[in-house]
Amino acid sequence: MLIIKDLKVSIDGKNIIKGISLEVKEGEVHAIMGPNGSGKSTLAGVIAGREFAQVTEGSITYLGKNLLEMAPEDRAKEGIFLGFQYPIEIPGVSMVNFMKTAVNEQRKHRGLEPLSASDFLKIMREKKELVEIDSKLANRSVNEGFSGGEKKKNEIFQMAMLEPKLAILDETDSGLDIDALRIVANGVNKLKRPDSSVIVITHYQRLLDYIIPDVVHVMYDGRIVKTAGRELALELEDKGYDWIKKDVENNT
Amino acid sequence: MSLRIRDTTGLKKMLKIIPDMSNPTDRSEKYYNLYKENIRRITENSSPYINSFREEAIEKFNQLGIPTKKNESYRYTNLDPFFGYDYKSYFMPGESDFAKAEEFRCDVTDLDAYAIVLLNGFYPTISDKLRQLPGGIWIGSLNEAARKFSDKIERHYGKYVNGNNDGLVHLNTAMASDGVFLYVPEGVILKKPVQIVNLIDSDEDIFNQHRNLIIVEKNSEMTLIVCDHTLSPKKFLTNAVTEIYVGENSHFDIIRVQNEHNNAGKVTHTFIYQDRNSNASSNNITLHGGLVRNSTHHYLGGEGAEGYSYGLFLADKFQHVDNFVNVDHAVPNCSSNQLFKGVLDDMATGAFNGRIFVHKDAQGTLAYQKNNNILLTDDAKMDTKPQLEIYADDVKCSHGATVGQLNDDALFYLQSRGINKREAKLMLMFGFAHEVIQNIKVEPLRDRLDNLVMQRLKGELSRCASCMVKCG
Repeated sequence: MLIIKDLKVSIDGKNIIKGISLEVKEGEVHAIMGPNGSGKSTLAGVIAGREFAQVTEGSITYLGKNLLEMAPEDRAKEGIFLGFQYPIEIPGVSMVNFMKTAVNEQRKHRGLEPLSASDFLKIMREKKELVEIDSKLANRSVNEGFSGGEKKKNEIFQMAMLEPKLAILDETDSGLDIDALRIVANGVNKLKRPDSSVIVITHYQRLLDYIIPDVVHVMYDGRIVKTAGRELALELEDKGYDWIKKDVENNT
Repeated sequence: MSLRIRDTTGLKKMLKIIPDMSNPTDRSEKYYNLYKENIRRITENSSPYINSFREEAIEKFNQLGIPTKKNESYRYTNLDPFFGYDYKSYFMPGESDFAKAEEFRCDVTDLDAYAIVLLNGFYPTISDKLRQLPGGIWIGSLNEAARKFSDKIERHYGKYVNGNNDGLVHLNTAMASDGVFLYVPEGVILKKPVQIVNLIDSDEDIFNQHRNLIIVEKNSEMTLIVCDHTLSPKKFLTNAVTEIYVGENSHFDIIRVQNEHNNAGKVTHTFIYQDRNSNASSNNITLHGGLVRNSTHHYLGGEGAEGYSYGLFLADKFQHVDNFVNVDHAVPNCSSNQLFKGVLDDMATGAFNGRIFVHKDAQGTLAYQKNNNILLTDDAKMDTKPQLEIYADDVKCSHGATVGQLNDDALFYLQSRGINKREAKLMLMFGFAHEVIQNIKVEPLRDRLDNLVMQRLKGELSRCASCMVKCG
């Protein structure tokens, strides 16, 4: 589904991603772990099409297409979803209007008629229940005045509305208490289909108690330095990131 | 309105600078002479009480003159292109105007309001110069009311502009020959809003000044909508003053919607005096106009009063919009909030000057102010100036101003959900504007304004369907 080859990315002339190759197949759940500043969020941003970084080398292919040539909105229409680490507050734009526009843009892309107001509200109600989001939140402006936990739940709610093929969750667990974490993880699990894939970016192993990854990657200093099964996450939890850092430094 | 940040140097080249030969003193003298020459016509239909203010006011005007950029509160607004021009001034309505005013309906679908139409600053209804609405509310011509309700006029007229140092307020006091009088007695709750439609329609270039007085006695509630329109493509200038008294425990909202053409200059002065525990708001929505200057003065004169001042403008081409706000906290435990926003395209310029004045004994004051602006081109310009003067020690005040472009993070957030960049930009700008519009409680008007703002942002024409002038 997603093939990244030798990707190198710089921000303001500084190399952030220094050569990454990664393949995510249909139905797989990948976890990307690593200490702060290792380039995890930059990678997520580049996949979603954020313009802050420059791809200097390499390629990203998504469903056989050159992803790097596509505008962010076209990537979303093709089924890519980014759950933001810091969801943006947008005063004056209501959640309802925002989601309605997004859903109908995607429907248009697939050659479907826009949803009627009542159908849309019905779907919205169902999805709200699915992710256990307070129904009042949907009547407010996008993320405005939401607590940290509400913002993260709202990301999962949007994911539920848009039904992506590839969801990238950028530290969706950071700052959540255990109840919110459980709700967010349950939401992700319920939304997982056999043909959809998920990339979970996280610092902590505890999210992976709920969302079971097929593959765990460790990123450090702009590279993937280790790839293994689920057990790698547990090992990291035990030993911290220092042994990875030492490993890398010893090898260079 | 185009959504792209773009270079407008081409437009700049087309700009012709026409040197203004007359100096400001000559210009002020011109209006002074206009008064002297027309004194008989001006006073003829007015009441002796209103006339008794005129001599002193014209002398005060003569002393202060037409404000220039040297005047601190007009620092960012050049009135010369409009005040330096020759207009016709009328001191009574023409007969043919009556029918036209009666026919005009402002196009706010589903808005159920008691409407009054003022044509070129006059109250043109012959048969019913003063009429009564449910609950004993009186509405009509100020001149007519001055005869019938002299006690009320004498208690309020000229009281709330008192001490103002703007020469144009005094020019209005000296020369305005009519306007709207609105009286809400004690304990009346008017569910339906009152709508004043200010039409300007003439084959000549005209200067008009009108004067409104609104009295809301205690425990009452009402909403006033003021719509400013131009109907013919001549050069117009308006200098309007509105005095408003909001009595104890009363609730009053004024919403002004300005939609005039690029050759129209509009100067409004609104003075709101609030008594104990009253709640009043002002909302100035400027959709279109050549030069617009709104000054709104809130005087919180009774303990527990709450005053809100909102404003939104969308400007493009060579338009200029200036909002001047003054909030006086004269007594303890009052609160006030100002929220003003502007979207500027092309070569448009704007100004915001928000003053909060907390008097010595006004402890327990809460006063907030926010001004946010979006510039869509490199040539658009916005000046914003907060001004806080605090002479009490137990107060909470805050102010913040931003001038910038659309937030890139927010734009990406919307795009990442599959919304096209153009649409995403529109949504952000609409959201930006909606923050002001959402404070309007009259639903059909709020919806209509949302709609007009959206059309305006999309670059479609935003004007009343019945308006004959293409605003462009």
